[in-house]
Amino acid sequence: MSKDKITFTIDGCEVTAQPGQTVMQAADAANIRIPQLCYLEGLTPHGSCRVCIVKANGRLDTSCTLPAVEGMVVENNTEEINEYRRDLVDMLFVEGNHICPSCEKSGDCELQGVAYELGITAPKYPYQFPRRETDASHPDIFLDLNRCILCARCVQTSRDLDGKTVFEFVGRGPDKKLAIRPGARLADTELDITDQVVGSCPVGTILKKRVGFAVPVGERTYDKEPHPEQPVSE
Amino acid sequence: MNPEAKAFMIGVCREYGSDRTRLMDIVRRIQEQERHVSLEAMELIAEELGIESVEVRSLVSFYSFFSEKPQGKIVIRVCNDVVDLMQGGAEVSRAFEAALGILVGQTTADGKFTLEHTPCIGMCDQAPAILVNHVVCTRLSAAQVPRMVEILKRTGDPQALVTQYGGGNNEDERIRSMVQNSIRREGEVLLAPREAEAGLRQAVAMQPEDVVRSIKDAGLRGCGGAGFPTGMKWEFTRKAAGDRKFLICNADEGEPGTFKDRVLLTEKFDLLCEGMAVAGYAIGAQEGIIYLRGEYAYLQAFLESILARRRKEGLLGTEILGQKGFDFDIRIQMGGGAYICGEESALISSCEGLRGDPKTRPPFPAQKGYLGCPTSVNNVETLCTVACILERGADAYRALGTSQSAGTKLLSVSGDCEWPGIYEFPFGVSLHEILQECGATDAQAVLVGGPSGTFVDPAQFNRTICFSDLSTGGAVVVFGPHRNLLRIAGEYLDFFIEESCGYCTPCRAGTVLMKQRFEEVLAGRGNQSDLDYLVELGRTIKSTSRCGLGQTACNPVLTTIANFRPLYSALQKAPDDNHKASFDIYGALRDHEALAGRTSEIFPHTN
Ligand SMILES: Cc1cc2nc3c(=O)[nH]c(=O)nc-3n(C[C@H](O)[C@H](O)[C@H](O)COP(=O)(O)O)c2cc1C
Ligand code: SF4
Ligand code: SF4
Ligand code: FES
Repeated sequence: MSKDKITFTIDGCEVTAQPGQTVMQAADAANIRIPQLCYLEGLTPHGSCRVCIVKANGRLDTSCTLPAVEGMVVENNTEEINEYRRDLVDMLFVEGNHICPSCEKSGDCELQGVAYELGITAPKYPYQFPRRETDASHPDIFLDLNRCILCARCVQTSRDLDGKTVFEFVGRGPDKKLAIRPGARLADTELDITDQVVGSCPVGTILKKRVGFAVPVGERTYDKEPHPEQPVSE
Repeated sequence: MNPEAKAFMIGVCREYGSDRTRLMDIVRRIQEQERHVSLEAMELIAEELGIESVEVRSLVSFYSFFSEKPQGKIVIRVCNDVVDLMQGGAEVSRAFEAALGILVGQTTADGKFTLEHTPCIGMCDQAPAILVNHVVCTRLSAAQVPRMVEILKRTGDPQALVTQYGGGNNEDERIRSMVQNSIRREGEVLLAPREAEAGLRQAVAMQPEDVVRSIKDAGLRGCGGAGFPTGMKWEFTRKAAGDRKFLICNADEGEPGTFKDRVLLTEKFDLLCEGMAVAGYAIGAQEGIIYLRGEYAYLQAFLESILARRRKEGLLGTEILGQKGFDFDIRIQMGGGAYICGEESALISSCEGLRGDPKTRPPFPAQKGYLGCPTSVNNVETLCTVACILERGADAYRALGTSQSAGTKLLSVSGDCEWPGIYEFPFGVSLHEILQECGATDAQAVLVGGPSGTFVDPAQFNRTICFSDLSTGGAVVVFGPHRNLLRIAGEYLDFFIEESCGYCTPCRAGTVLMKQRFEEVLAGRGNQSDLDYLVELGRTIKSTSRCGLGQTACNPVLTTIANFRPLYSALQKAPDDNHKASFDIYGALRDHEALAGRTSEIFPHTN
């Protein structure tokens, strides 16, 4: 009894999915917004930020990794789940050094966007102020690990789409960080401005040089509306 | 790099077919020979394997037994588990620091010694214990340390520290260890006398599906902690599409306070191999892997020799017991010092030569596991039990224990009790009975299931070990009345932070926030709102973490808040200045007072 369509509900709305699609893919297709950060279309879902968490048949799971199943009942935009999401986004903010007012990515930053969307004005956890590295050696690209949220989008893009493996993670636990070839600077790697990896970073860690502030702050993606497609609250 | 070292490293890579999935083994061999994996070595390995050097570093930096900086010829790892600390582990560390003239984390200038801390090495029944390269030394006192260092300096041979063997197979010439088995209670199944290979003979007389059915009928559930029904896991693996299937035995035994698998590996390894062959037959796997934690390397030669003997006896290899089409062999995969690699999907990552990151599920290992093939991961005790069930029949096993939790369970009992060691009890045994039998008369608390489990208070000592009450992989740690339980909870939290793989946000970032606030509370600067903060943060971490580590990491704090509330209340002082207890008004004013050259009039110093 193989079916070519799966039907299930998200917050009571009926949604259809193709077999093999995840809950998030089905939601995106149906224009139902699920907050997300580490997911990037075209890559294997990483499932690390946990922001896309939903309750499926009463069980919490990340919608970017969860296959849609016939008859599944998914809760998405509920206070309980949004509270978890706020906590996770707060954690990401305090774990790094996010100097939004002076960050080139401000307004286009997906972390900022999700924070607006969830109604976060200031994180509830204490800032950790870690010391992290920067690398300005490359002629066209600037790397500032202060803002890295360890989402692996660059790791996967460089490896799977650019075929270069410029980036990988080293260390574990709170010491986990993004790294490039041991002993090398970014300028010594194969990284090129035309690589897809350059546009993969959701935050202001991988930045193009010499194009800063081309679009003025105030006119950027998230400046006017928390999330252009569909706001989560209200 | 000198040409010899280079030739050695290239040789090692080629020995493993320059196969990227064997990177664990390659790095391990190079680490042991060269005492570190240098950046040059990473480049060389990467070139041989056709990968990037940052990928090699990614693995090297994940496992605590691998090092980028040169280590001493002798690495002394002092176990800093809670139980070891209770029995003088900190004094032992300090004695080594004094005798070697270095601090923990350092290497002597002559390159002879490195001193490190390491979490639970599976010797809680004979703490404090240390690892000297692969050699285990147990029941240490600070007073012995100067002489030990002197012997090491004179001989350069860690084995010279072992003057008395620990009994049983620990005396075997391929082990020669002072480790003791401390078997205190031989129950009806695992530690009872039995006929060798009877389970395997029985299995091959049956159809594989019927072997699976037997295990289901027996009601066997995984002994590694999660308690998943073993027969069901086997059925999924058996039915999954694919010709190549794997059986992996989880011998990572990393949960602090657990050491039962160590004893089974030492004394019942033939039983384990028998169980693995039964499992291979049942699920249709021809390849078995034992993932052995790096801390148990002292058993490796012994285990390899038994595998070799079994191959000769026709109990491993092709046509086992003369049965056409029944081929099954086992290889040992050594771990590298990472607790997370006990989690089954992280374990598979590690076997594949990757960082020990858990994998995204679904797909589950039964569908897509090692190298993408259907894989069943089972604990050592589970697989030993399988052979016993086949031997005696499902009904005989099911008759033991309770109606919901069949059979027996091995418990690793340690801490403040007279007779720490291994106890085989039928399921349904109460904490009272366990405490009585191990000689603990005045316990303030019992930690069931290790730090990822529950701190139980005396009012609940009538609770029982079974899947519907206190479900556990088997760790039972007893704390006497004089212990500072909350400090201990904090030490366990540190363990989880240290061992988190760092993949997901809540476990990587949230646990650190948890520890910070918990320290404030311990220091007496917390009030009710801080406890609420801990409970809420703990709930988020538990609910949103990607794997069992993060989901249980806050349990030491959460279960003490739930069951030992008076200990927290005793720490709360009523603030005397109308501020939140965690806010230090005098500290905040200090700089301003210095500038103004006078003390505050509104908040005058009382001391
Ligand atoms: C952080 C973590 C560590 C674990 N460590 C072990 C271990 O050391 N040994 C073990 O058998 N299972 C361990 N497990 C459980 C395994 O994931 C898995 O459930 C088990 O190996 C399956 O075997 P079983 O069904 O026979 O118990 C661990 C789980 C987690 C989440
Ligand atoms: S650099 Fe950007 S893309 Fe890469 S892991 Fe960090 S946040 Fe993600
Ligand atoms: S919960 Fe912890 S150990 Fe598990 S995947 Fe997340 S970071 Fe890694
Ligand atoms: S978007 Fe799903 S976990 Fe990050």
